[in-house]
Amino acid sequence: MDVRDMINVKKLNKSFGDLHVLKDVDINVKESDVVCLIGASGSGKSTLLRCLNFLEIIDNGQIIIEGEEINADSHDLNEVRQKIGMVFQHFNLFPHKNVIENIIEAPIHVKGVSKDQAIKEAKELLDKVGLADKEKVYPSKLSGGQKQRVAIARALAMKPDIMLFDEPTSALDPELVGEVLATMKELAEEGMTMVVVTHEMGFAREVADWVIYMHGGRIVEVGHPDEIFDNPVEERTREFLSRTY
Amino acid sequence: MPSLSHVIEVFFDTYDIFIKGMLLTLQVTAISIFIAIFIGLFFAFLKISGIKILEWIANAYIYLVRGTPLIVQIFIFYFGLNDLNISAFWSVGLALAFHNGAYIAEIFRGTIQSIDKGQMEAGRSLGMSTNLTMRRIILPQAFRRALPPLGNQFIIGLKDSSLAAFIGMYELFNVATTKGANDFDNMTYLLIVAVYYLFLVYLISALVGLLEKKLSVSD
Repeated sequence: MDVRDMINVKKLNKSFGDLHVLKDVDINVKESDVVCLIGASGSGKSTLLRCLNFLEIIDNGQIIIEGEEINADSHDLNEVRQKIGMVFQHFNLFPHKNVIENIIEAPIHVKGVSKDQAIKEAKELLDKVGLADKEKVYPSKLSGGQKQRVAIARALAMKPDIMLFDEPTSALDPELVGEVLATMKELAEEGMTMVVVTHEMGFAREVADWVIYMHGGRIVEVGHPDEIFDNPVEERTREFLSRTY
Repeated sequence: MPSLSHVIEVFFDTYDIFIKGMLLTLQVTAISIFIAIFIGLFFAFLKISGIKILEWIANAYIYLVRGTPLIVQIFIFYFGLNDLNISAFWSVGLALAFHNGAYIAEIFRGTIQSIDKGQMEAGRSLGMSTNLTMRRIILPQAFRRALPPLGNQFIIGLKDSSLAAFIGMYELFNVATTKGANDFDNMTYLLIVAVYYLFLVYLISALVGLLEKKLSVSD
């Protein structure tokens, strides 16, 4: 059976001023793929992720989402972004809204879902991420792990086809990392297409279908986790993994 | 110095006329602050628009207000608007709005820019437009952060409204100086009017405090 292409990136280039951050990057993500982007900080992996939902506008190259090339000038990016959920390193919950208000905000105000319906779906999502008892709590009263699970629920509330995770556990205390990874793993098992920038090599190894190693704005190596972690072809990948894993 | 018993006696003898003056002071302050908030928001948006000409317009406005005495601004508004048959009340109201708007613009610009940029990104990543995110996510947080300095500016606005006396508006300060001159008892009336101002400032502080408390449920 032919699996649908969800994300195709071709010859993507991005600079910040004189700094050439992404150099001729190509990636291909199919439906239900879980792709982990690894690499040292400054390698461009977060920038690449942010390009995928147009928080950064690329200099040149192509980004094709579900078969359609997206052009920042001619497309309504707000509409494109509804299909692509994003989870941030620092959660970025709305601090003036409680948990359930965080989740229903976009479905109501972007999609026009009725409030009753949005609340019903939000409660199901909170149940799913294990925070059913926290709906009226404000973010300031949550632990980092709980915040991140709310952020995941908030992104899922838009019923995206693709989920992007930008170092979702990097700001967490070590003992809170597990609960977030467990939620992500569950999501992966349900068949969500996911692109994850992470330093959690254990997670990448266990959950990812593909691992992409980036260095200096280029993709150095792409492979199954077993190949990448046990038998990297490239010297730079081996060096990186020996330092971090 | 007048004796305390004298001041208290005069205070109770004259409360009706002072309360009339106080209401006028409150009205002109409330109207000017209300308008100034919109002026402030408008120019704050110009300043953060990223469009050079708009930023320049906002800076010019703020420079103009900061660079000239309020009393001069009030007289310019008074004589300028007089030709258009606009009352002294509204000339002062608009002059104060014009004046406070510049300071409030700076307050809003600062607090809007102080909101973590991850908030805008989170809104955008959910498919919300920039405007919607600004309105529903950024501004409520910025407004909350702006409350203490805004309250301060409201108090300054209230006290500055006393300058309306110089174009003949019969507000608090004018009541005091007029009565003081008529009765050859300036000090008594100035002490009394100080009490009224203190009361009004207390009122504003309390209201702003209440609002701050109400908005702090998310802390």
